[in-house]
Amino acid sequence: MFDTQQMPSSTGSAAVAAHTAAPFSPALLSPDLLERIGVSSLTSADAGVLPVPPPLASLFPGGGLRRGSTITVSRSPSLVLALVAPVSRRPGWCAEVGSPLLGSAAAAEAGVVLERFVRVAEPGVQWATVVASLLEAFDLVVVHPPARASQGDMRRLTARARERSAVLLVAGEWEGASVGLAVTRQCWHGLGAGHGFLQTREVEVQSLGRGAAARPQRVRVWLPGVGGSVSAARESAA
Amino acid sequence: MAAWRGWLGVGGARERCIRALIGDVESNRAAVRTLAVWCPDWPVIAAGGSVEQPGAVLQGGRIFACSAAARLDGVRRGQRRRDAQSRCPELTVYLHDPSRDARLFEPVAESVEALIPGIEIVRPGLIVVAARGAARYYKGELPLLARVAATVAGETGRDVQVGLADGIFTATRAAYSAQIVPPGESAVFLAPQPVRALDRPELADLLVRLGVRTLGAFAALPRADVLARFGPDAAYAHDLAGGFEARPPSARGAPPDLTVEMSLDPPVDRVDTATFAAKALAERLHERLAARGLACIRISIEARTESGEQLSRSWRHGGISTAGFAASAIADRTRWQLDGWLSGTIRAHDGRPASGLTFLRLVPDEVVSDAGRQLSLWGNDSSGVDDIERIERAVARVQGLLGPDAVATAVVGGGRELLDRVRLVSWGEPRAVLPGDSCPWPGQLPSPSPASVLVVSRPAVVAAVDESPVEVDGRLAVSAPPRWLRIDQRPSVEIVGWAGPWPLDVRWWDEHALRRRARFQIATADGTGWLLVFDGGHWLVEAVYD
Repeated sequence: MFDTQQMPSSTGSAAVAAHTAAPFSPALLSPDLLERIGVSSLTSADAGVLPVPPPLASLFPGGGLRRGSTITVSRSPSLVLALVAPVSRRPGWCAEVGSPLLGSAAAAEAGVVLERFVRVAEPGVQWATVVASLLEAFDLVVVHPPARASQGDMRRLTARARERSAVLLVAGEWEGASVGLAVTRQCWHGLGAGHGFLQTREVEVQSLGRGAAARPQRVRVWLPGVGGSVSAARESAA
Repeated sequence: MAAWRGWLGVGGARERCIRALIGDVESNRAAVRTLAVWCPDWPVIAAGGSVEQPGAVLQGGRIFACSAAARLDGVRRGQRRRDAQSRCPELTVYLHDPSRDARLFEPVAESVEALIPGIEIVRPGLIVVAARGAARYYKGELPLLARVAATVAGETGRDVQVGLADGIFTATRAAYSAQIVPPGESAVFLAPQPVRALDRPELADLLVRLGVRTLGAFAALPRADVLARFGPDAAYAHDLAGGFEARPPSARGAPPDLTVEMSLDPPVDRVDTATFAAKALAERLHERLAARGLACIRISIEARTESGEQLSRSWRHGGISTAGFAASAIADRTRWQLDGWLSGTIRAHDGRPASGLTFLRLVPDEVVSDAGRQLSLWGNDSSGVDDIERIERAVARVQGLLGPDAVATAVVGGGRELLDRVRLVSWGEPRAVLPGDSCPWPGQLPSPSPASVLVVSRPAVVAAVDESPVEVDGRLAVSAPPRWLRIDQRPSVEIVGWAGPWPLDVRWWDEHALRRRARFQIATADGTGWLLVFDGGHWLVEAVYD
């Protein structure tokens, strides 16, 4: 089968003609024409970065999940779901390996499109093979590595993600991740002494990474905020 | 026309290639007299509707098929449900179920097959078969038609219309108007029909906007220009409009080595297991075809049981197009066929087969060179068919490793308990919506839902300020405000907020299944939220808001 990534140069002689005249880029075309030929957005080097909720964008170098990168999120399933949601709505395909506990109702409320969020809850000893297979096709693969995960497996999967331009989102510890996210503080609102219910939560997320992301970044967000979405919180709050 | 060619920049080499293709077609235009048997509005009939009652079948919120009575009221294919219902308030709406359509169509297929061997099912509701031999046997085309119509209607009680013409496309159109089109008069017959008849909505839309409204007008365009501007599929449609052979131009018998087969040991008697095997088999067939640049437009699926019963059936690719079956489409057809057989709706076998399936074979009867698909200009077509195929392949590999049930997507439905609300649907199975899913469920937890739901609840200890255990009595009175939470052997954490008890009486009408529990939401000092239940004197953690 053809790889869509490699096709542009052969899709039509018109495009070829344009190439010979000047270095051709879709950005040269007017937005009006782009819309007519079905290319919706070319901002933020669209091909290379998957979207994240806007309040979290400053945590990532490039403002989103860079394709081919490995990202860890420690101990916050809701943060994982918040990152999956915009990718699944893009519309992209997401998969999850190894977490039977991840709540599907919470996923739906976070905005994850469930028919494009494929779950392999119990991969057993073959987890690394399963993750590698899924990285071949999916845009984003969430993995909960088992305690016995070997460094060799981790390195191989990181390399596979890079090679296939997929994003590997690890809920746990991982060798060689490019960005690591951690919830450093959180606080639920809405619950009193015997009344109310859990409504909104304020969290502080810190990212630490290599290269462009080496300086720790910190944001305060509502996760979920009023109405279930992720929204920015004021610095002075709490 | 000239302007289009200029835009595409058709060069010398490409021109030659196109000419070669045209030449290929010119030499291949001997049409076969074809009989088409058509059950009008089959999806509606199969769903339990009738011709006189206004009824419609919905797929994805739009009308997929409707009965004649509904059509009289202005219901059309592709309409939204509410548009259709506003035109025809008494419309009965059914859900689309291709496997039901195929299963119920099986007796009709059997009945036609008893008269004329070698039938092909284009889709449930439409059968085509080569008619020359049969017409000689029944002494003429008219007697043949009458015979088929009477026999099928008599045996199955279904409304059928039959038509006879040159080629599959013309025969199908002839069946819609129950006519015989004499040999060589296809073009005349087709000329006044609208371009929508080609069953290519996008092309038809474009043609209408260009002022080409009938098949006759479309056929009058130069073929080379149609091919250059609209691609091979449209050129093929152009042939159809001109009344030429309905089989795609390069159709030929497949070389025997393309057949794939599989022995099933132990024998399989469940449809889903058989479908899974068929999927792997279809993948193999697809790979073989793709390696040769071929696509399959007619396939025979043969199955055999341990005791030697056989069922074989030919399926033709729906759109009579040059695209061919995708691997998943082959698997679907296998499922439909086996579904009918294993659940015993086929008369000839007298109900279910006596033993399990031991053998499955896929024979590509007709293959064409794969014309391919036009990819979007800058790749990255994330909603594209290609994408789906890649996903399907990756998932199939995982299913091969772990079994068909290991890969699932979730459906969030109705229910009060967290675990009841979520149904995991194995990949490839329909994501059915149950009646209760969209109803309000009093007693359901308020949103947001917990991000971690424990499959097996963990015991916990909830204590008051003075470390005494907190309890809830039968009247839902809490003995003391909870202050400390301890889970497993970890140190206690302070409770900073709590709400409850929220009573949950499950199946109170059933003495054996009834459960009476009280739910609490608790926030602890470390910022985590918990969902706890008090059940029979014990505290359990059900979910974590983390």
